[in-house]
Amino acid sequence: MKILTTVKRVEDYESKIKVRPDQTWIVTEGVNYRANPFDEIAVEEALRLRDANMPSEVVVVSVGPAAAATEIRSGLAMGADRGILVKHDAFVDSDGVARLLQKVIEQEKPDLVLMGKQAVDVDDNVAGQLVAEYLGWGQATFASKKESLESPEEKAKKPGLKLSADKKSVQAAREVDGGLEVLEVQLPAIVTVDLRLNVPRYASLPNIMKAKKKPIQELTPQGLSVDVTPKVKVLKVEPPPARTAGIKVPDVATLVQKLHAEAKVI
Amino acid sequence: MIAPPFTPEHDLFRQNLRTYVERELAPHALEWDEAGIFPREVFRGLAELGALGVNYPEEVGGSGGDYWHVVVLAEELVRSHNSGVNMGILVQAQIATPIIEEIGTAEQKREFLAPALAGDKIAALGISEPDTGSDVANIKTTARRVGDDYVINGAKMWITNGTRADFITLAVRTGGAGYGGISLLTFPTDAKGFSVSKKLEKVGNLSSDTALLFFEDCRVPVRYLLGEEDAGFYHIMTNFQGERLVASIGAVAGMQQMVEDAIRYGNERGAFGKPLVKFQVWRHKLVEHLTSIEAARWLTYRACDLFARKEPAVKEISMSKLFAGDLMQRVVYDCMQLHGGMGYVVETPIARAFRDVRLLTIGGGTSEIMKEIIAKLVPGF
Repeated sequence: MKILTTVKRVEDYESKIKVRPDQTWIVTEGVNYRANPFDEIAVEEALRLRDANMPSEVVVVSVGPAAAATEIRSGLAMGADRGILVKHDAFVDSDGVARLLQKVIEQEKPDLVLMGKQAVDVDDNVAGQLVAEYLGWGQATFASKKESLESPEEKAKKPGLKLSADKKSVQAAREVDGGLEVLEVQLPAIVTVDLRLNVPRYASLPNIMKAKKKPIQELTPQGLSVDVTPKVKVLKVEPPPARTAGIKVPDVATLVQKLHAEAKVI
Repeated sequence: MIAPPFTPEHDLFRQNLRTYVERELAPHALEWDEAGIFPREVFRGLAELGALGVNYPEEVGGSGGDYWHVVVLAEELVRSHNSGVNMGILVQAQIATPIIEEIGTAEQKREFLAPALAGDKIAALGISEPDTGSDVANIKTTARRVGDDYVINGAKMWITNGTRADFITLAVRTGGAGYGGISLLTFPTDAKGFSVSKKLEKVGNLSSDTALLFFEDCRVPVRYLLGEEDAGFYHIMTNFQGERLVASIGAVAGMQQMVEDAIRYGNERGAFGKPLVKFQVWRHKLVEHLTSIEAARWLTYRACDLFARKEPAVKEISMSKLFAGDLMQRVVYDCMQLHGGMGYVVETPIARAFRDVRLLTIGGGTSEIMKEIIAKLVPGF
């Protein structure tokens, strides 16, 4: 089967993010970038499904500037087979990304598309749902896994998504309030993945070296006939309020009183 | 070289290694220091990342990287906040094994190098002796040829990974006195007559096992000889360069981390109504150190560049170890001082670093030895 995964180039969550003085965006100078962690989980899941269902292929797709090839390489170094970069330097909103992915998916015709449930930069959490809508495909969002991360299954690197015997559908457990909901979706489908689905593997140096030789195809919005003029405009970016100094309370009674009367949490 | 030639592959290796070190190693820093040892699995875990075989060719189980991948390894390991682990790993990957790759037979590479790079066998380098450190020409451990075996007698001191090494890249005297009588061989530690006499209690690098080893009529087959008989001295001297260089790289990265940690702490910790970093005395002190560290980094990168291109680099490597090692003593002192009382409790990384960094002017050749080497390479003395 063919599995397509998406990887977004995002600011490294360990970088110190500062808002630009004009509040239009963040300061990008000196910021490190990496693959969106949820997307790494999607790639990992794709690799596990591929390895359990050979012959299969995993294609990593990114939308972004030329530098986003680095995040595709990261997926290739984890073990994906080839990459596609839809090159565009300017800001693309989630709808633009979804429309670009729709075209790529129509060309590639994968059986399954795995995406991170959201990107950790702007946390929109809509691209996967939009792609499913534009394609008219079924979708399962926030795919998770019942077992704990340290379970033997986890260590055995088994996929968390369950492919049916006839490979015509896939089962996904998704986290809902207070429990798990198990969905079965017909393939082809879009599945977005949550934090607890798996623990992505590290890319080893030999695999990083091998990934150098794997092909990355370059496409453009123009070539795909998609107008990516943003429909969503970022009006203002604000940093979270600075933390104010804490206080020391003399005893538990005062603490309880303050939590109740001032913080209003109990 | 105007900038270090880090490619996207180096960056990806760095990113993966950093995540691994921060996630799998750093949380255990204190625990492993207290235990006086770190788990064997650490070798295997790093081997899976290709970090032990980093710049070795794929044919011998290496990762096929270059020397700048070694630089990434030595730089990122410091994030473990455990110098003992870093030393054990670098001995395994860059100090005890390069000689086997350079002059070993295919059989020696298969039997010793490949399992070391896979993390299945732990390696140690056996050169120093109770009476001899950098003065390698005077080692006393002998290997006497008896039939198809060498019979080894003597002692080795300060051997990192020494209590649990599966093999030792061992310097022995096969010929007459002086540097012309020294050979190298691969020594499996299951040989009869070999004993770990003592695990040395050190000032720092507590999680690393350092040992005094005894050899009493140990027999190893002649096929374990590395290179030619009596020709070991030159290879030992060359090997020292790689050892000193990874020490310098790690020192620079370690200092950078100390100052960054100090700045972070100095922002959090206030005194008399303002954060410590807002006091000019600390600001100035820390930026002075950052300036010196930058100088140390470029001297070290210069040495790396020469070493990577196999150009003469002894002077630059000796200078970088001398400079970085001495500088580190001052940097750690001030960063610990900034931490005040917190800097004096061992759960704070800077407190442990204070003990650990003392090794930098001692191990792999003292600062005094570095100065003697540099003096010999500068005309006019």
